[in-house]
Amino acid sequence: MTTTTSGVRGAREQSPLSFGLDTFGDLNHENGEPVPHAQTIRNVLEQGVLAEQVGLDFFGIGEHHTDDFPMPAADVVLAAIAARTSRIHVGSAVTVLGSDDPVRVFQRFSTLNALSNGRAEVVLGRGSSIESFPLFGYDLADYEELFEEKTELFAEIMKGGRVTWSGKMRAALRDQDIVPHLDAAMPVWIGVGGSPHSVIRAARYGFNLMLAIIGGQPTRFEPFSELFRQAQARFGQSPRPIGVHSPGHVAETDEQAQGELWPAYRDIITRLGPSRGFPMPTLAFYNREVGPRGALYVGSAETVAQKIAQNLPILGASRFDLKHGMPGMSQGSLLRSIELFGTRVVPRVRELLATKAA
Amino acid sequence: MNGVNEDLPQIAVLGAGHVGPIVARLAAEAGYQVSIAASGDPEEIALTIQVLAPGAEPRWAADAVAKADIVVLAIPLHRFAQLEPNLLASKVVVDMMNYWPEVNGSLADFDRNDVGSSELVAQRLAGSRVVKTLNHLGYHQIDEEARHAGDRDRRALGVAGDDPAAVALVAEFVERIGFDAVPVGRLSAGRLLEPDGPVFGRPMSRADFERSLAAVAA
Repeated sequence: MTTTTSGVRGAREQSPLSFGLDTFGDLNHENGEPVPHAQTIRNVLEQGVLAEQVGLDFFGIGEHHTDDFPMPAADVVLAAIAARTSRIHVGSAVTVLGSDDPVRVFQRFSTLNALSNGRAEVVLGRGSSIESFPLFGYDLADYEELFEEKTELFAEIMKGGRVTWSGKMRAALRDQDIVPHLDAAMPVWIGVGGSPHSVIRAARYGFNLMLAIIGGQPTRFEPFSELFRQAQARFGQSPRPIGVHSPGHVAETDEQAQGELWPAYRDIITRLGPSRGFPMPTLAFYNREVGPRGALYVGSAETVAQKIAQNLPILGASRFDLKHGMPGMSQGSLLRSIELFGTRVVPRVRELLATKAA
Repeated sequence: MNGVNEDLPQIAVLGAGHVGPIVARLAAEAGYQVSIAASGDPEEIALTIQVLAPGAEPRWAADAVAKADIVVLAIPLHRFAQLEPNLLASKVVVDMMNYWPEVNGSLADFDRNDVGSSELVAQRLAGSRVVKTLNHLGYHQIDEEARHAGDRDRRALGVAGDDPAAVALVAEFVERIGFDAVPVGRLSAGRLLEPDGPVFGRPMSRADFERSLAAVAA
């Protein structure tokens, strides 16, 4: 219902298109039975290697701490993927900075950037997960303050050079050298689910903006893109890329993709609903999310490509990361989805957007 | 956007995070004169409000509340303890907060089964007339589901409160910003709208909403 005007609309065209995959280490099932956590982690490694083989630009792993998503040490898995690839970028999706230490996060990812020859990216945020707060002894009520302060320190470290900093949530640093130093750029994104403060924060620090759109109409995030552009101009920052992270699944046909994802979606949303505030999933609700105005990218390559090509220009985004699959799906169906996403969806999106631009 | 209708009560939205700008925008679009405040300097939220809630005026909290007839609490419940009750004295206060420990962490004051969170809010705001509504749909649902009266996809919002005049004022607000207002009784009955209740997180037509509540009451 809101219409916005863009004073810096040209900035939308500056970043080259890029496409990636995200996973939370979703627990795989085979023949209806869950596979061990360790096998799920090895499966993610294979997904990352395949992502490069099918031409994708980015593979992201989001930190989680539960039986459905046994993936607390994403950076370790990213390092393994980096060692078996040569071109694809690897990063978090997201790093829960509020319950982590900015110095340690920088050190782990600057190490990853070293190992991968400059292919690391960091996406900072909360995700919709909260488990890390009690696990590491933080109070959820302090979430905003923790994230604010730790982002400030992280931005200070990213400037390079010795760091002098003090705050309330962490010990102060004085003229501190933080190693390893970066020898290549390392993009930093702020993942945003609905907080305008986070949009402003990303703009202020000169970070990229990742819109996490996991439910509802993607276009309702358009004002956030506008806010990001205006805030960058206000802070004197040059325009940074905007990305979209959304869940989905690709298969040969719409029916197959929707049928493969639905039971996994139903089960995980049912289990997470009470703690994340998701309404109980019905098939009607799912179908609306899968439809052209919903947040899920599920279907044949053509269907998924059309939806991405429709939404990216509206959101002013140049990056799309598909959060592929859900807990309970087989490695085989995930690998097939990755292959279709890389070889069929992405080329088709590029084609559709080139036609639109012409 | 419509112009401001001077005959309508004035609205103050406290909170400029996920929720506040959405309520402020819908209220401004409905013709209400709206001010919005975060915890500090209005300058800090000026750009956010200009883009996300055009027409709403960023103000200091005390200034926003002073002029307002209806004050909407669009803050997380764990920030409520920092709010000065005298600030809200004599106002109609819309409580759209939830006690939801799984999402926001536990709060000792609210960790009880015998009363609803809005009753505890009302106890602390003894000089205000508290009405519970807008709490049982997520901020993105409020954003997406607002419809003009008569639209067949219009959704229901429950309204609960102990002061009939305040409930009527807030019900009209709910109707004007795009939802069917369904009175559910006194503030104690507002527990039906809470996170473990039958309507939480579920956009529904008025008929489905009434059926869901009746099924629980039966």
